[in-house]
Amino acid sequence: MAHDFVLAVPGHERNRLVMFEIFGIPSQALFGQLLIGLINGSFYALLSLGLAVIFGMLNIINFSHGAQYMMGAFAAYLILQHSGLGYWPALIIAPILVGITGIIIERLFLQWLYKLDHLYGLLLTFGLALIFEGVARNYFGSAGLPYTVPESLQGGRNLGFMFLPNYRAWVIVASLGVCFGTWFVIERTRLGAYLRAATENPTLVRAFGINVPRMITLTYGFGVALAAFAGVMAAPIYNVSPQMGSELIIVVFAVVVIGGMGSILGAIITGFGLGVIEGLTKVFFPEASNTVIFVIMAIVLLVRPAGLFGRRG
Amino acid sequence: MKKTLGLAALAAILACGGANAQQVNVKIGVLTDMSSLYADIGGPGSVAAAKMAIADFTKDHPNVKVELINGDHQNKPDIGSQIANQWFDVDKVDLIIDTPNSGVALAVSQVASQKNKIFIVSGAAASDLTGPKCNANTIHWTYDTWMLANGTGTAIVKTGGDTWFFLTSDYAFGHALERDTMAAVEKAGGKVVGKVRHPLNTNDFSSFLLQAQSSKAKVIGLANAGGDTINSIKQAAEFGIVKGGQSLAGLLVFASDVAALGLPTAQGLVLTETWYWDMNDVNRAWTKRWQQERQGKFPTMIHAGVYAGITHYLKAAVALKGNVSDGKAVVAQMKSMPTDDPLFGKGTIRADGRKVHPAYLFEVKKPEESKYPGDFYKVRATIPADEAFRPLKEGNCPLVTG
Amino acid sequence: MERVVDPLATKPSALRTQSETIAFVIMVAALVIAPFLTYPLFLMQAMCFALFACAFNLLVGYVGLLSFGHALYFGWASYLSAHAAKVWGLTPELAILTGTATAAICGLVAGSLAIRRQGIYFSMITLALAQMMYFFALQAKFTGGEDGIQAVPRGHLFGLIDLRNEMAMYAVVLVIFLAGFTFIYRIIHSPFGEVLKAIRENEARATSLGYKTDRYKLVAFVLSATLAGVAGATKAIVLQLASLTDVNWPMSGEVVLMTLVGGLGTIFGPMVGAFVILVMQFKLAPIGEWVLVIQGAIFVACVLLFRRGIIGELANLLRIRL
Repeated sequence: MAHDFVLAVPGHERNRLVMFEIFGIPSQALFGQLLIGLINGSFYALLSLGLAVIFGMLNIINFSHGAQYMMGAFAAYLILQHSGLGYWPALIIAPILVGITGIIIERLFLQWLYKLDHLYGLLLTFGLALIFEGVARNYFGSAGLPYTVPESLQGGRNLGFMFLPNYRAWVIVASLGVCFGTWFVIERTRLGAYLRAATENPTLVRAFGINVPRMITLTYGFGVALAAFAGVMAAPIYNVSPQMGSELIIVVFAVVVIGGMGSILGAIITGFGLGVIEGLTKVFFPEASNTVIFVIMAIVLLVRPAGLFGRRG
Repeated sequence: MKKTLGLAALAAILACGGANAQQVNVKIGVLTDMSSLYADIGGPGSVAAAKMAIADFTKDHPNVKVELINGDHQNKPDIGSQIANQWFDVDKVDLIIDTPNSGVALAVSQVASQKNKIFIVSGAAASDLTGPKCNANTIHWTYDTWMLANGTGTAIVKTGGDTWFFLTSDYAFGHALERDTMAAVEKAGGKVVGKVRHPLNTNDFSSFLLQAQSSKAKVIGLANAGGDTINSIKQAAEFGIVKGGQSLAGLLVFASDVAALGLPTAQGLVLTETWYWDMNDVNRAWTKRWQQERQGKFPTMIHAGVYAGITHYLKAAVALKGNVSDGKAVVAQMKSMPTDDPLFGKGTIRADGRKVHPAYLFEVKKPEESKYPGDFYKVRATIPADEAFRPLKEGNCPLVTG
Repeated sequence: MERVVDPLATKPSALRTQSETIAFVIMVAALVIAPFLTYPLFLMQAMCFALFACAFNLLVGYVGLLSFGHALYFGWASYLSAHAAKVWGLTPELAILTGTATAAICGLVAGSLAIRRQGIYFSMITLALAQMMYFFALQAKFTGGEDGIQAVPRGHLFGLIDLRNEMAMYAVVLVIFLAGFTFIYRIIHSPFGEVLKAIRENEARATSLGYKTDRYKLVAFVLSATLAGVAGATKAIVLQLASLTDVNWPMSGEVVLMTLVGGLGTIFGPMVGAFVILVMQFKLAPIGEWVLVIQGAIFVACVLLFRRGIIGELANLLRIRL
């Protein structure tokens, strides 16, 4: 296919931008897809952030992350139904509520498993995920619940190469904010330093008078709250159904594994990166867009076993 | 299996002269999806519909005794097949009904044929059930992929939607739906300007919707189902597709999906179904009774199909004086009797097992047009029974072609 | 894996295997009588899954490698066996062999990739490979996609015995199951098996003793995959269908559940676990809405309270080896 490269006319002449083709796809379409990929990537990053925090800090493979994401979305719906509070309050309330359930889980179940193999934490959280999903399905049915984009974010902007819904723009901004904030707290503040130290050497840190078990509990709660936050973000655009979590959980795991299971930054960067790659695959080879993440995961694991940014072998 | 007894009839033989009513004992199993994706379109609602059918029929025919059981196939052909085998062999079930999920339906259809029992499909869509995979023990009620494709495709082209872009789920069902609809669209004079295939259970459709938008087709056909359809529609609203002048055609959409979306998102969606609760007084009254068991929900055409199917089966059982052990004979009887039930009206069952009845093109109402909960649709067109389903000769059913 | 302390480590080996032999005899007797008491089709399906769980347990319980993608071998063997019987018209024993060979090849390829990594990364690679093969199954024409391969003929064993006779089919499945089970038993109690257990306990030490641990792990992996394949291939003939459910990740999860409930690292555990889970699925079918919740609750209970599984706890209680 002939590649006609015509240099775009810059500045005020942009309205007469001449389309050029890259591999047969009009550049406009490509930029649109790239932006969409970036938006999806920010969503993946947000979702895998909680998982990375929990594994990185606590060495627990939280298989109920997907269910907790679902609980966040459902909490938003219930909050709307019962108190009339809409999206913006739900963004704060839902993660707190779900985070509290996370704390309960940690105190009731997880604390007994730290001395054991990873396997048991994984199996337990997997079992919890089944319970949450089953209960949700029994009470709400499987088709889903309606939840709309809040008024203030409805509509969109025509960027020339695509129509960008305002809500999607908000998703990027919010994800970047939360991701950066979390990374900053963990890597650059004293609280984060205590946390990192506590996971490396709990006994020593405890000797300094820091309440390690409480930190661990709160960290798990925080990771769960992050999942719920992603759930509230998803409610207006993805179907709020009991199985919404289990559909995503495998992909999110792949992101975390590729990024390196101990690394917060790894999860964030990989999330964005995979979103873009998936977006490009959807353009050039759409049928494979589900598989590409696993192919990359297999390759990365074989080449760099600890993941791209991982520090645990 | 949990046994829920239908109304037990009295076997009293009326002494005063004349006809002794023959005692008819049958056992029916509702095999459905109770716990996953299709629990809303089939599930406990189907069981409720079955109970109503049995209650209504045995009220007028006290000599008929029906035992009802139900089971969950969990959308797995293995489990569906296993339950069907067990029900027919061990539990002495005569009729299995429902099975949303084409894979399970095909498996159960085989089992029914092997054991010479009866299977009425209300929930599944595969038009192959009355096509190459047809057999003398299976009846396909309610709907199928051909009807959906043809009904929606042809009717939309006739109302002006003549350029189409397909968003197709990349597996056999999606391909079949796309193929059938494309044929219908082109036959009606429309043109397909593009298509894109997405993997099953895709969460995010923005990139596909973008392609649909830039194709400038008047109609975007959604050849997918379940969560994929709901996500496509939800995100189409986000991208202002309908506001921008394109319309969405849902090729497989149920009222429960519309409830999940909410009217602000689903408004304007065009779809085909064969039964809707709010179409007439009879349906409304039936729905009220149904809702006593299923509060807060609305019945789908699949539930109506379960009711109608059981009613017709019981009529055939009475006509055969209770000799229901030969499945093929009962099905032949059902095909020879014209159907008449409160929900689907008058109709027939063809030689290939296909039950034919009219289909309706619906459009989802705008929120301001909806006056009460459940007021989802307005009728755009009626497709008469002889046009709604695939012509008998085109199906390649061995029972027909010989 | 939690190292279950072997209460009989100091007892002579003859005594150790006595309990196992008794249990084996009981098992065979039960399986022979059972079809006259319960529905044979259900028992056959249970035996297929029991073999699947035993094969899985070989890898996780005795080598310490947790595979998240075992459905790959079970499911693809099922597909090839179904295809061979239906489309190529092979007799059932050849169809099952075809399926098994497929699983063995998949096991070899997947194993050689996955073995390179340890722990959770090993598990993740197995999951990634299984998911890729799932999507391939979804799209490939011959698998029938969502519908699966239906109406697989039972056929005539060796061209002679009609397997549509339930008792004949049952006998065949019983023989296959016992053969597979005995094979696994022999592997575990052989010098090869001892090396595997050594690798599970401390791979570095095993390497330092001169064993090429990677090779042992790969062989164990391929054996586990092959036997899972036997189970899948047989299931396709018994139930006369092969579907996407068999290759999807919940199936991989189910075999983990079966092994966990029965007892990781015990010989009879996976079989008991498989039967328990299947019975539960059937008995619970009428209250279908709660199946998922109950399965989850069992997971949680097993991890917290019954970590050794049914057989493991029983063995611990009676201080015998099972």
